[in-house]
Amino acid sequence: MLLDVQDLHVDFRTRDGVVNAVNGAGFSVDEGETLAVLGESGSGKSVTAQAVMGILDTPPGRITHGRVLFRGRDLLTLGREERRRIRGERMAMIFQDALSSLNPVLSVGYQLGEMFRVHRDASRKEAKARAVELMDRVRIPAARERVNDYPHQFSGGMRQRIMIAMALALEPELVIADEPTTALDVTVQAQVMDLLAELQREYRMGLILITHDLGVVADVADKIAVMYAGRIVEHAPVHDVYKRPAHPYTKGLLESIPRLDHKGGELLAIKGLPPNLLHVPAGCPFHPRCPQVREVCRHDPRPPLYEVGEGRSSACHFWKETIGE
Amino acid sequence: MGRYVIRRLLQMIPVFIGATFLIFVMVYALGDPVSALFGDRGPDPATAKALREEFNLDHPLWQQYLLYMGKIFSGDFGTAFNGQPVTELMERAFPISFRLALVALTFEIVLGIVLGVVTGLRRGRSLDTTVLILTLVVIAVPTFVLGTTGQFFLGVEAGWIDPAVSPDARLDELIVPGLILALVSLAYVTRLTRTSVAENTRADYIRTAIAKGLPRRRVTVRHLLRNSLIPVVTYLGADIGTLMAGAIVTERIFNIQGVGYQLYQGILRQNSPTVVGFVVVLVLIFLLANLLVDLLYAVLDPRIRYA
Repeated sequence: MLLDVQDLHVDFRTRDGVVNAVNGAGFSVDEGETLAVLGESGSGKSVTAQAVMGILDTPPGRITHGRVLFRGRDLLTLGREERRRIRGERMAMIFQDALSSLNPVLSVGYQLGEMFRVHRDASRKEAKARAVELMDRVRIPAARERVNDYPHQFSGGMRQRIMIAMALALEPELVIADEPTTALDVTVQAQVMDLLAELQREYRMGLILITHDLGVVADVADKIAVMYAGRIVEHAPVHDVYKRPAHPYTKGLLESIPRLDHKGGELLAIKGLPPNLLHVPAGCPFHPRCPQVREVCRHDPRPPLYEVGEGRSSACHFWKETIGE
Repeated sequence: MGRYVIRRLLQMIPVFIGATFLIFVMVYALGDPVSALFGDRGPDPATAKALREEFNLDHPLWQQYLLYMGKIFSGDFGTAFNGQPVTELMERAFPISFRLALVALTFEIVLGIVLGVVTGLRRGRSLDTTVLILTLVVIAVPTFVLGTTGQFFLGVEAGWIDPAVSPDARLDELIVPGLILALVSLAYVTRLTRTSVAENTRADYIRTAIAKGLPRRRVTVRHLLRNSLIPVVTYLGADIGTLMAGAIVTERIFNIQGVGYQLYQGILRQNSPTVVGFVVVLVLIFLLANLLVDLLYAVLDPRIRYA
């Protein structure tokens, strides 16, 4: 197993109290596998990713419990320097907004080459040559001429390609992409996603794709982990989820995709709002919004992750009912 | 970039004319320099007439201005009423004030930026709070209080420095006056750097730099500092002019015979050629310092370079 996250808990200390951003999240990714982590804003997707990468802002964030096993080694027990050496070299991250995530005052060539200079002790010249190669690799036209350009001189799609090139520079074993296409035009989204999927196959990397775009997920993911209020509520192979969701929240998400054959009809949405993480509801955190809610759902203990089938689990007491419909 | 420099240089011309004309009007038209020269007794009419002719005071104001500017561009800043050429005063005063400004600027850059970065990285800790309170005190207390207090304790009581600087104004004599002159700007530089650093530590590109596995030092120096210092450099550049011209109080306290001292004497004695001459040079220094800032800005921030 490449990455195995077990029972991860992350707290944020704020003025109003302790926010439990991640509440026992667990999932795994294998070599060459793509896991899509799905969920609304505030569900803890990005915080989980940051905890795995080791770039969580601490304070205010704090990992209170859990294990992050990377090739069997618990990253949370490593020292700061050991952790740093793994970042970039063995696991890398692609961020959402490439314009703000690239340094505005350094050329893209410098920022790409930095990976080789820091992790591989490359000379300045060597680093620049590798930067040009990388830009070619992600199909940026006229890479040689553009290597000294600055981020603001590129289009949104090109910038995101540069982010991808930077993450893949040292051919890491695991890449976490945090909503890599959200900030892009729809036409460019597909190109960037295709490029990412292609490179992932080529390097046989594990890929964690954080998104709320169900359309993207169906095309590229092998497995899905659905997050709600800091927990994984469903974890399953991608086709099972689309065919027969085992959690009412997943079902709601799928139903809320606008469909062409329902043209003129009402758009379906999950009613209510995601819970305030300062006061997560007792029992199943989804119960106030759940159409199938029963009395037992309103009280602790929370529903555990039930084994639903081969490599499938759901945190719903009534998964059989949900799946059977 | 070349066109940008040329455009900026052309923009300086109207500013230079406007600023010098204003100061010229204020000194020569509002008040009578010739009667000021003679004090309460009033001048002998023949002498007054001769003097008016010598200084072109019998022409209309705009002609006086043009004649004056014409002489300045041929290197003639006129003579002070005591017969000393103004350029001679400048030759002595400007190097001294320049040295003083240099000492002050060094304090601002070294101390201000170091304190700003350290406090910016440790927001809310005791060191941060202490420095913040100190900067507030420094900003709130006027320079003449800080100057005379420093002079009294360091110079008179402790005897570490000479209370008055010698006429050569050697660099080592200027350390304490330079610090006093720098203090207020130093406080602003510290606060500006602190805010800028604090803001940028939360920036997305810093998170990226950490995610790339860069060592902490590299993240701070290459990624954080480079971005955080852009507003600070702007402030420092603009401050060069202020330091050169605004040292009147400090130079008075420590008896430094620089620009501020000469200006003060000139104003006190209504010595018009001195005042106007010095101010014209100061206007030029201000303009050049601002040009330098704009160019530096473009060097530091590529988004401006290619705009």
